[in-house]
Amino acid sequence: MIMDDFFWRALLAGIGVSLATGPMGCFMVWRRMSYFGETMAHSALLGVALAFLFEWELTVGVILITTLIALLLAAMQQNRFISNDTLLGILSHSALSVGLVTISLMAWLRIDLLAYLFGDILAVTQEDLIWIYSGALLCLALLALIWRPLLAVTVHEELARAEGVNSPLVRLVFMLLLAFMIAIAMKIVGILLITSLLIIPAATARRYVTTPEQMALFAALIGSGAVGLGLSGSLAFDTPSGPSIVVAAMLLFAVSLLRQPKQSRRPS
Amino acid sequence: MGVIMDTNSPLIEAQDAGLQSGGVTRLSHVSMAVHPGEIVCIIGPNGAGKTSLIRLLMGLEPLSSGKVVRREDLRIGYVPQKMPIDPTLPLPVHRLMTLTVRKPRASVLSALQETGVAHLIDAPVCNLSGGEFQRVLLARALLREPQLLVLDEPVQGVDFTGEAALYELIGRLRTTHGCGVLLISHDLHVVMAATDRVICLNRHVCCAGSPETVSRHPEFAQLFGGTTSQAYAVYSHHHTHGHTLSGNILSQEEPSMHQPTLKGQAECGDDHG
Repeated sequence: MIMDDFFWRALLAGIGVSLATGPMGCFMVWRRMSYFGETMAHSALLGVALAFLFEWELTVGVILITTLIALLLAAMQQNRFISNDTLLGILSHSALSVGLVTISLMAWLRIDLLAYLFGDILAVTQEDLIWIYSGALLCLALLALIWRPLLAVTVHEELARAEGVNSPLVRLVFMLLLAFMIAIAMKIVGILLITSLLIIPAATARRYVTTPEQMALFAALIGSGAVGLGLSGSLAFDTPSGPSIVVAAMLLFAVSLLRQPKQSRRPS
Repeated sequence: MGVIMDTNSPLIEAQDAGLQSGGVTRLSHVSMAVHPGEIVCIIGPNGAGKTSLIRLLMGLEPLSSGKVVRREDLRIGYVPQKMPIDPTLPLPVHRLMTLTVRKPRASVLSALQETGVAHLIDAPVCNLSGGEFQRVLLARALLREPQLLVLDEPVQGVDFTGEAALYELIGRLRTTHGCGVLLISHDLHVVMAATDRVICLNRHVCCAGSPETVSRHPEFAQLFGGTTSQAYAVYSHHHTHGHTLSGNILSQEEPSMHQPTLKGQAECGDDHG
């Protein structure tokens, strides 16, 4: 294995992102938001296009558009004649397509579309690393701040409200965090694969834990492990890095399935 | 939303409250109150707006008309009607108990002891039976040291003997904690024995008062004709026996009072001779 500089930067970047996506992903699993997150992520491409068009900072464009899409989703969920599932299906692919069309219309623009769709972790610079780690830390700090009320809202929204939790505020903060997380993680695995880095480690952690906090910690560790495995595999077999990380996460998930839930395990 | 200051005044009160949603009137002109140490039971058929009413009272839904007055900083312990816990969320009982309050493990344990499920403190919530879960939820509500307990169909998923025990427990908790209790039920026959006041709801307050008064109200009979009123007669019999004016329904020769004693019965006014 070649331990080049770019490999270590990539590994550090991946781990930094995983530390934040693990706990965030737990809430997405618990709140059944994986498709919601996917829709937000897909809309990020439109954010990229607009950022180029208006010469914004890329992160700003992505956060802006993903948040707008999330708000639009929340508003449209009131419509009784379109099911949530259908709505997400419509918006998810529409957002991605609008992004692709917008970019192709800007003929003067020469961007590496594949890097945005599937990530370009091996191109991570030192400046990117600083961005990733400060972003991930900020995310984790904010998540820690809303952890208890968000968990209460996740368990039972009405109950949490009756007991004084400001649930609209808590959900809004979580959504903004998710938008922010997508902007950061986009660099690593790309728009199309972000959800996997959020969902798979959390789902893998479930079998090994008994409390929500343990699950968050395990998800962060499992995500980091998947990045390590995926990058090594990518280097060894010369495969694309983003998808290799997702494959590694999937393999870890498959291993977790072998573990029997505690109560049905026989005493040895 | 107003605030009640006086200690003898109600904990929570609805004044001429109304609720419209989607062009449908779900509640109109509802006035009711819960005082400290009092058990108030809301009964009514499906779709009568029972849950809507307690949601209005707790401020979970905005009123269309009228108002709700609550005591300042009223601590409410709420047990919702349905509380599905997703098995994807690993949640032990003690963690469920402390979702919105920080309490030491000793307090959690003593609350669970009060409802008789202390042994479940570390059990995963998704493995609990219906009865265990209701007791855990009740303990959870107590942990907040509530001035008002709000229980929406507290015996759901509990078998019949468990049901009676649970109501007995609720009655005991009212005494030991001195809190007001507002509960919703359609299990009329069991709940009546432990209730101070009954509010019979069908989008409006049909009738309200002591269980005896309500049971004799013609509107109540209309809503609960048949099995429920029959079952209730078992309990009411001691009080109404011999005091009813019209003999055609509550005849003295009848050895058993397990009959519908309600329909068309004259208002007696005085139950306790």
